[in-house]
Amino acid sequence: MSAREEILGRIRTALKDNPEAPQIPRQYRETSGLDEAALIGLLADRLIDYKAQVSVVDAAEVPARIAELLAGARSYVVPAGIDAGWLSGPGHEPGGSRRHLDSTAAPLTVAELDGIDAVVTGSAVAVAETGTIILDGSANQGRRAISLVPDHHICVVKAADIAGILPEALRRIDGTRPLTMISGPSATSDIELERVEGVHGPRKLDVIIAR
Amino acid sequence: MSTFLGMPALPVYGTGNLHASESFPKAAHRELGNAQLRANLGHATRTIRDKRLKMVAELPDWEQLRDAGSAIKESVMARLPELLEQFEENFTARGGVIHWARDAGEANAIVAGLIRDTGETEVVKVKSMATQEIGLNEYLEEQGITAFETDLAELIVQLDHDKPSHILVPAIHKNRTEIRDIFLREMPGADPQLTDDPAVLAMAARSHLRRKFLTAKVAVSGANFALADSGTLAVVESEGNGRMCLTLPETLITVMGVEKLLPTWQDLEVFMQLLPRSSTGERMNPYTSLWTGVTEGDGPQNMHLVLLDNGRSAALADEMGRSALHCIRCSACMNVCPVYERTGGHAYGSTYPGPIGAILSPLMTGIQAEENNSLPYASSLCGACYDACPVKINIPDILVHLRSVDVDSKRGTKKIPSQMDVGMKAASWAFSSGKRLALLEKGLPLGRLAAGPDKKITKLPGIAAGWTQSRDIPAPPSQSFRDWWAKEHRAPDAGSATPSQGGVSENSVSQNKEDQP
Repeated sequence: MSAREEILGRIRTALKDNPEAPQIPRQYRETSGLDEAALIGLLADRLIDYKAQVSVVDAAEVPARIAELLAGARSYVVPAGIDAGWLSGPGHEPGGSRRHLDSTAAPLTVAELDGIDAVVTGSAVAVAETGTIILDGSANQGRRAISLVPDHHICVVKAADIAGILPEALRRIDGTRPLTMISGPSATSDIELERVEGVHGPRKLDVIIAR
Repeated sequence: MSTFLGMPALPVYGTGNLHASESFPKAAHRELGNAQLRANLGHATRTIRDKRLKMVAELPDWEQLRDAGSAIKESVMARLPELLEQFEENFTARGGVIHWARDAGEANAIVAGLIRDTGETEVVKVKSMATQEIGLNEYLEEQGITAFETDLAELIVQLDHDKPSHILVPAIHKNRTEIRDIFLREMPGADPQLTDDPAVLAMAARSHLRRKFLTAKVAVSGANFALADSGTLAVVESEGNGRMCLTLPETLITVMGVEKLLPTWQDLEVFMQLLPRSSTGERMNPYTSLWTGVTEGDGPQNMHLVLLDNGRSAALADEMGRSALHCIRCSACMNVCPVYERTGGHAYGSTYPGPIGAILSPLMTGIQAEENNSLPYASSLCGACYDACPVKINIPDILVHLRSVDVDSKRGTKKIPSQMDVGMKAASWAFSSGKRLALLEKGLPLGRLAAGPDKKITKLPGIAAGWTQSRDIPAPPSQSFRDWWAKEHRAPDAGSATPSQGGVSENSVSQNKEDQP
């Protein structure tokens, strides 16, 4: 008998008392009812609590803010489908000699990514209550590797993409995409439970919330 | 009797690191002597406990989430064969390959075979309870394959050739100075100027593992959840070592117990709220990765999942104990357990320590397994673990149930009566007659001689020795209560007067005084 048949057989035998699958009581909150200002405030508060840096700006100011944050980076990577407007205007050098484009069609190698200082991505959805940003691999967020290997992640969250609580957020995304949920920068509490920000993932997380 | 084909005999117990090598009382006695361990654990469990309570209190619907979580898991157990088949179909349709493993040995052989097929001899690993349970690292080493643990605490434990003592913070028994010393001794190229600052130590781990991450071709992981309706797997972590393992290598081999399924994507919203707050006392863990089979151009292109039984079907067969399989490995139960807080995780012997380990391990190995049969007694039955459990596993009830299974399993197996049997027989003889008891009580004052001048009995003989191993017995009173009562209630004609209430209390006071050391 194959292991599969045998294990399924064992499980069926173990359930010979025919337990009934109960109704799932879903009396927990499924919506938060918060307005946009409250969502922005809550998300910023939670992210700052995780030691992420947060700036809340008007959509028109996003390019300038990105330029400011990239000022110290020798090089940075962006997904090929990033909103072009975010990387143009004052502060952004024409053509972008420091800029690397990445896509599934033309991916950078891991070694190349390791030599790059920063990454700029968009985001799919954010959860205000838990300070969580969800990337789903769409064209403006790119492959999972680009938001992982460079040490500084600059992430743009559109106000319209902020959900109040987790159930609201998960209902807005396709669960079969390659998903990464980010709540603050990389962190550990393994030594005497003292939280240290930054281990293997990006040690610096900048979130730009665009109104 | 001829073999009945088609229906496997039950239960089939698990193998690997589920068995204790010594009984809990023996191991606990040794661990209790380690003052450093107790101090570390006391601090750690208190800290997480407080953080957890604060984070749980933030959610107005915590109890509703627990109710949903508990019902979802109960439903998973009831529908397990159907959900496993559904998951398999979806995972396979998305380019993943499923392997089924009956026990630890079979799972290890599958993983080693898959690694060998890639031609690699080194793999990176993200912390996984399932691979610890099957002893994968040790097995791979025998096969000439080196597995690098990449979670900071697992790395510390691995470098020190030690065992994890907590399921969430496996190196909680070590303090920063010990960790620095381990790094200096065992980590190639460690900076001799390394300080014991946790931030500095974390950076040392980062540089130690960086090259491994960037060059690894194969990774091994566990999984926190598997969604049946889509074939999706999830890993919940903090440091980014999980993301590294799940993203950069070409081949990913995941080992997961069959009980980790959730029926639908919607169910994830419940567990992703319950897990982080219960385990680390955070609103959300820094990183969660979800993947559904292979994504072209993004992440590993060879995806394997080993579905592990290893005693889970045996646990499932115990109608009362099966809810132990609801466990989402958050460790909230151990952080509130007065027994765990004092003995630490090593005393439990198995991969799964604390209250959940005390039920899960004997359910998976069978209560008859030598040494594991002491685990259900490793509890004061205070119930704190039940209160803390995010999926409402009634650990105290299962502990009591397993104690009775243990007692039943021993019934009639002993030919020679034990000291306990003799003692119980004697007690039954004495307590069944007032006259016999009175006679025996005449001997009580003798105990005062045994106690000596400090009025404490520190060592009893025979089976009673266990009682005095960790506590003293006060000297017995000079007379029994029955004697005292008889004296106080002498018939009026035999004594001076009927004792008043005042007389009684005065007498009690004087007697108490007499008994004070």
